Amino acid sequence: MQDVLYFLQQLINGLTIGSAYALIAIGYTMVYGIIGMINFAHGEIYMIGAYTALITITGLASLGVAWLPLVLLVALICAMLVSSSMGWAVERVAYRPVRGRHRLIPLISAIGMSIFLQNYVHLAQGSRNIGFPALIEGGFQFGAADSFQTSISYMQITIFITTLICMTVLSLFISRSRIGRACRAVSQDLGMANLLGIDTNRIISATFVIGAALAAVAGLLLGMYYGSIDPLFGFIAGLKAFTAAVLGGIGSIPGAMLGGLILGVSESMTSGYLSGEYKDVVSFGLLILILLFKPTGLLGKPEVEKI
Amino acid sequence: MATHSLKHALFCAVVTLIIAYPILGLDLEARGTSVVLAGADTATVVSVLAAALVVFVFQLFRHRILGSLGTMPSLNPFANREPMPQDKRQRLETIALVVLVVAALIWPFFVSRGAVDLATLVLIYIMLALGLNVVVGLAGLLDLGYVAFYAVGAYTFALLHQYFGVSFWVALPVGAGLAATFGLLLGFPVLRLRGDYLAIVTLGFGEIIRILLNNMTWLTGGPNGIGGIPDPTVFGMEFGRRVKEEGNVSFHEIFDVAYSGSHKIIVLYLIALVLALFTALVIRRFTKMPVGRSWEALREDEIAARSLGLSRTAVKLSAFTIGAFFAGFAGTVFASKQGFISPESFVFLESAIILAIVVLGGMGSQLGVILAAVAVIILPELAREFSEYRMLIFGAAMVLMMVWRPQGLLPMRRIHIEINKQE
Repeated sequence: MQDVLYFLQQLINGLTIGSAYALIAIGYTMVYGIIGMINFAHGEIYMIGAYTALITITGLASLGVAWLPLVLLVALICAMLVSSSMGWAVERVAYRPVRGRHRLIPLISAIGMSIFLQNYVHLAQGSRNIGFPALIEGGFQFGAADSFQTSISYMQITIFITTLICMTVLSLFISRSRIGRACRAVSQDLGMANLLGIDTNRIISATFVIGAALAAVAGLLLGMYYGSIDPLFGFIAGLKAFTAAVLGGIGSIPGAMLGGLILGVSESMTSGYLSGEYKDVVSFGLLILILLFKPTGLLGKPEVEKI
Repeated sequence: MATHSLKHALFCAVVTLIIAYPILGLDLEARGTSVVLAGADTATVVSVLAAALVVFVFQLFRHRILGSLGTMPSLNPFANREPMPQDKRQRLETIALVVLVVAALIWPFFVSRGAVDLATLVLIYIMLALGLNVVVGLAGLLDLGYVAFYAVGAYTFALLHQYFGVSFWVALPVGAGLAATFGLLLGFPVLRLRGDYLAIVTLGFGEIIRILLNNMTWLTGGPNGIGGIPDPTVFGMEFGRRVKEEGNVSFHEIFDVAYSGSHKIIVLYLIALVLALFTALVIRRFTKMPVGRSWEALREDEIAARSLGLSRTAVKLSAFTIGAFFAGFAGTVFASKQGFISPESFVFLESAIILAIVVLGGMGSQLGVILAAVAVIILPELAREFSEYRMLIFGAAMVLMMVWRPQGLLPMRRIHIEINKQE
């Protein structure tokens, strides 16, 4: 019984982290699906989202606003606004001028942007990690009081529900709205979409903005969940999210969700049963194995090589 | 059109404000256990506003500004010049190379210890960049975990010395060979992946190696690293004040000169110089051999190269292994120079710096890569007062370089045969 409870606990932790990874992974997968580049700076945009959220929360607290739903909502909106502006500006400055060149060039530009943004926040806000207040406390407990108890905190439930809402809205947006339809058209064939009168530049910008907004949501949630943030906090999370996107099949939105969940669960199982230090080894090892045996990812479409 | 560009300029200015003001203008400060918000000083706020204004004006008159830039005379008077005839160029290159090598040999005896030490570091980066140049520049395989092989070389020497007392000259081929073996083992399964996937897998591999080094405390000492790595000896001579290992003799006693701390540093520099030259010459040779030609052929057009009978895996694997070999080489020298290594020295940023050197120099071009290594390592040292902004400028420079001059400082010029025009 106790083993089952322990397993359940790891599963819950994993699904929590995994759903936040999935939110970040969406940004990678959408950008890759449309222009075929790895947006290396995406992890930094997530980090900036977390910083903005913390700045807003602290600012509201000093103004005396204490009603929790309002605080969270305002923080979320501010974080999304700043992150999406950042995503838009990054695309404009670093990616649009190099689009269509040799594939190494946008990637290096992206790495440069990632280093730049990391140091931008580092210089502006200091390199030390800053405590993120746990606004949502408490939770449910299962199991007998004298042995191992499985707990689900309200924070974890919030992460689940927020992710679920974001994913539903995104799916509806992609499948129903005009921009969403244009997004799908552009990702199938950029040149053809352009010929048919779609402003592809605008659609690409929109992709970056949507991805950045979702990363900001993840930034707020994970910042609260972990309890502290620092300027390097985006790098590893970004790598993990990219791994999740590749796991699920890059370019596919349901794939990103699936990949995020698998990655989160395998990570928390490793820290629960082996050792916390090796969880990154397991996730990158998983990535290498998946790519070897199924290079298109779990839900990706096989790519036909045209001559 | 005018209202459109006004709207666009206004939008850009607002975006600038949004991305700059919250991060720069509001500082989070930890007071005890709680976090408070402090407004930044007026200068920061004014500069944020000024930046927004600059963006506004630039976007408003964008076409006019860019247009007038286009009509400006070119800054580089040689831009439109005919390329030099090939034999003349090669002769000039040889002369330049000989002068450079002679200067590099004499130079350390006249400058300060710090400068020689820095030069040794530059030489290590030159070795690394030349090795990565084979993988990225010549074979076109994007390797973001190159630092892993560098770590393998460095740790091989450190561990072999710690457990078996192995000296530098034995560890050098062993470290490089082991790094090459790692390259072979990693490359074999992953090289059939497409470009971007390869980049991510190598990045993951680099992280795995670093995490393992950090956590296998029983073997590698974990984050504490390994110290006491010896300097290289030359024909059994040591360059320290006292002889550390039995059977060795000390340099200043044999030649009966006064002991000086700079002997050790100069000798290390000269060894690094010889090894860097060796690296450059070997790789130069490779590029003229069939295997080097097939790297480039495969990079340019995979399908055409394969239909001419080249084995994709074998060719890519050879490039990957050779690149890893020289990273291991550089790693051994690095361990010996520092005397102490820890996983801190082998983070992803190192890979990014080496990649930036290769790209900055012009992918594939050896001379360009060497110049870029000198620039990337020396410039930050010269601008010490800006050391805070070093990485910020580095990142921005990477982006700007890609936007304005993606072919690098000295793009590779391939050897070609000119056919005389028939009159």
